[in-house]
Amino acid sequence: MAMNRTLFRGSVVTNHVVARITSRPNLCTRCQQRWSSVSQRPGSDRVQFPGAVNSKFTTGLKFQRASEDDAMPTYRILDQEGRIVDGAQQPPDITDSEAIRLYKDMVNVSVMDVIMFDAQRQGRVSFYMVSAGEEGIAVGSASALSLSDPIFAQYRETGLFQYRGFTHDDFMAQLFATKDDPGLGRNMPVHYGSKKLNMHTISSPLATQIPHAAGAAYAVKMQNMQNPMDEQRVVACYFGEGAASEGDFHAALNIAATRSCPVLFVCRNNGFAISTPTLEQYRGDGIASRGVGYGIDTIRVDGNDILAVREVTRQARELALKDGGRPVLIEAMSYRVSHHSTSDDSFAYRAKVEVEDWKRRDNPITRLRKWMEAKGIWDDEKERNLRADARKSVLTAYRKAENEKKPPLSSLMSDVYAEPTEEQKEQMAKLRSHLEKYPDEYDVSEFEGGMEGLTLEKK
Amino acid sequence: MDESASRREVEVVCERNKVDLYVHTKMISQVRSLKTRRIIATCHINIVKATGRHYSSHAPRARLNLPTDYSTTPLLHHTSRSALSNSELVAALKQSHGGHDTTTAAATTTFTTSRQNLFTAINSALAHALRSDSRTLVFGEDVSFGGVFRCSMNLASEFGPDRVFNTPLSEQGIVGFAIGAALQGMRPIAEIQFADYVFPAFDQIVNEAAKVRYRSGTNAQHAQQEDGGGDGVHCGGLVIRMPAGGVGHGALYHTQSPESLFTHVPGMRVVVPRSPTQAKGLLLAAVECPDPVIFMEPKILYRAAVEHVPQEAYTLPLDKADVIKPGEDVTVVSYGTPLYTCQAAIDAVEKDLKCSVELIDLRTIYPWDRQTVMDSVRKTGRCIVVHESMVNAGVGAEVAATVQEGCFLRLAAPVQRVAGWSTHTGLLYEKFILPDVARVYDSIKRILDY
Repeated sequence: MAMNRTLFRGSVVTNHVVARITSRPNLCTRCQQRWSSVSQRPGSDRVQFPGAVNSKFTTGLKFQRASEDDAMPTYRILDQEGRIVDGAQQPPDITDSEAIRLYKDMVNVSVMDVIMFDAQRQGRVSFYMVSAGEEGIAVGSASALSLSDPIFAQYRETGLFQYRGFTHDDFMAQLFATKDDPGLGRNMPVHYGSKKLNMHTISSPLATQIPHAAGAAYAVKMQNMQNPMDEQRVVACYFGEGAASEGDFHAALNIAATRSCPVLFVCRNNGFAISTPTLEQYRGDGIASRGVGYGIDTIRVDGNDILAVREVTRQARELALKDGGRPVLIEAMSYRVSHHSTSDDSFAYRAKVEVEDWKRRDNPITRLRKWMEAKGIWDDEKERNLRADARKSVLTAYRKAENEKKPPLSSLMSDVYAEPTEEQKEQMAKLRSHLEKYPDEYDVSEFEGGMEGLTLEKK
Repeated sequence: MDESASRREVEVVCERNKVDLYVHTKMISQVRSLKTRRIIATCHINIVKATGRHYSSHAPRARLNLPTDYSTTPLLHHTSRSALSNSELVAALKQSHGGHDTTTAAATTTFTTSRQNLFTAINSALAHALRSDSRTLVFGEDVSFGGVFRCSMNLASEFGPDRVFNTPLSEQGIVGFAIGAALQGMRPIAEIQFADYVFPAFDQIVNEAAKVRYRSGTNAQHAQQEDGGGDGVHCGGLVIRMPAGGVGHGALYHTQSPESLFTHVPGMRVVVPRSPTQAKGLLLAAVECPDPVIFMEPKILYRAAVEHVPQEAYTLPLDKADVIKPGEDVTVVSYGTPLYTCQAAIDAVEKDLKCSVELIDLRTIYPWDRQTVMDSVRKTGRCIVVHESMVNAGVGAEVAATVQEGCFLRLAAPVQRVAGWSTHTGLLYEKFILPDVARVYDSIKRILDY
């Protein structure tokens, strides 16, 4: 890799080097290392402690107060009626066909959500989580990324998978844990993943994916440098405002900043972490205010305005690639219209009328629809057809997946290690003889190959 | 920093050094000038020479609990000939260099050795990993200037600050970052400064690193390549290094050996080397391994254990125990530093009782080589497991249960566990808590008397 090794050899900086570069800003853009002289210059009006190199002295004793009055503004393009707020601005940079695609993707997610939520209620799948109210964040940001940008998601970003190319068959294979599920029936429903689509498999522990995204972005940064003629990539990482309270959030933003990783941290601030409202989650100005503290360029956006989310993500991506790479934090504001999951009844902790208000008055789907109708590219008939098609497609995939075989039983133990251990082989043999001894106690018929699938031999 | 300031700092460091080695190493990390660091290092060596190991003194009439003499122990290769007559090592060297047709005799003349201690062996393994694969990264707290135990010395200057670098002080961040880099095709070697501080990263290791391949399913198998890396989604190549074990004065948080917490986690491999030769071969194997590896380095051996180590790169198997010394009457199973204790106890007991003891080094603590241990116990009929960490639910429990299940009819005595007591290692009490020569000696005596 081309790097500035000659100037900054090793970690040790001599006074000579310091003297040479202190005339410039105190950051080396390449390695983001801060060089500073240890000594305080006589008569300087600024602190030269190594921990804060550009702090002015003051004799006024004043605590910096966290004030709600100067909350970071929220960027939007469309108002609740789908009208462009600032007429003087350029019209949204999007073609009609792309706008229709975004709309269709959001509707497809929401139609599937309703069907699968009911399917869980009927006991057809074990678990489900809908994205209601947040379809715009996932679909809008995905549309501004390159397909080769790796994505780390939390779990309420079905729209990412929809935009990247998941078909209803793909969703159903995972939800019903069929033999076509790439996760081989090991993960709970909604824990999607696709190597082909550069989507890392979702895991349940919250926020663990945030430092992964920082590390992956560092890898991508190295690969960008090694292949400068290839398309330069960034990593995108999604999480809720509740997950941002985890230590991993802190660890990740800090290391991404210090290592200058090209990563977009996208926070979905939907007001609730299961039952916990944001007032019990944090007392600062949301998540966005923290980004600045880590030295990360930050923006807050109206998550119900898909065009704003798209534009913000597009510009954030460009920013993240500047000067070799840097992280950017996007806080997308929205409201979790749905229950947290199928295991949650949210009316135990919030008023139904509040939810109905959000559903009716403002959500990303109706807002974009109003804008498209005003533009004359959408109408009631198209709407009816889209919803009927989506419903039909989901139900067709649903019925097919329901009747599909499960993955072979070997999947219960393969892939723990690259190769099965002796201990595992022995245990699989024990399981086999147990199943043979008690054939009536277990039903292996739904698994591909039945008992024949119970082998750790290479496929 | 001017010269007089440097000198003052050195004096302070050296003064403290007499009291605490870690204060010394921490101080080094804070010193910016290379010249000052060199002075400190020199002072450190002089002080160690002058004062000796005051913290590991023994009782005046002790016969068994004497300090390990690393210059004579048969566990280390004191000559080049000894190193290159080790058939496993020669086979490893030949395999690593693809020279299948050379005879052993030819091989011994081809390969060269040099005397290295454990940290320099680790250092040369890291250098080889960085040199042979541009995907390798080395990072952690204070890694850039060479590490508080000098394991990453000169790596940042040779391979550049993009591949060898300091991270913020956050263990969950270090391991999470490493997992992400591995998922995106890099080969990260992350360092946790002390095994005692790995717990903030426990979630990332147990729930993420260990489970990534399993949960990714066919996405992990995607276009698997021959070198085992492939571009599938998994943590192959991820190594988490950490200094572990007692050093005499590490107290609660510079002494722990948390390996058994990781042996309960399918998906992780746990490795503990006993010598510089092993450290190099096992670390290079860990880097190549398609599974994530926890690599625990016995920090008391970093400077103490010196032996002839082949200069070439080679790997040692991650699924084979090493029968250090064959015997007929008792099998002693251990790993890492206690092997030296076991060796001393065996020397004494064989002399006193005219018995014959087999000593086995597990090397890889999980998945472990159950077959070699059980074959040995079937032969001897007696088994003792020795480790530093607490006896409760330790590695010894797993070995004892497996031996009991697999060798029940051949056992002439109950399996014994000689391990740390179920307490924390209070500063003053380490020598009473960790297994020593007398306790291993007594255990062998008792199992023979049973």
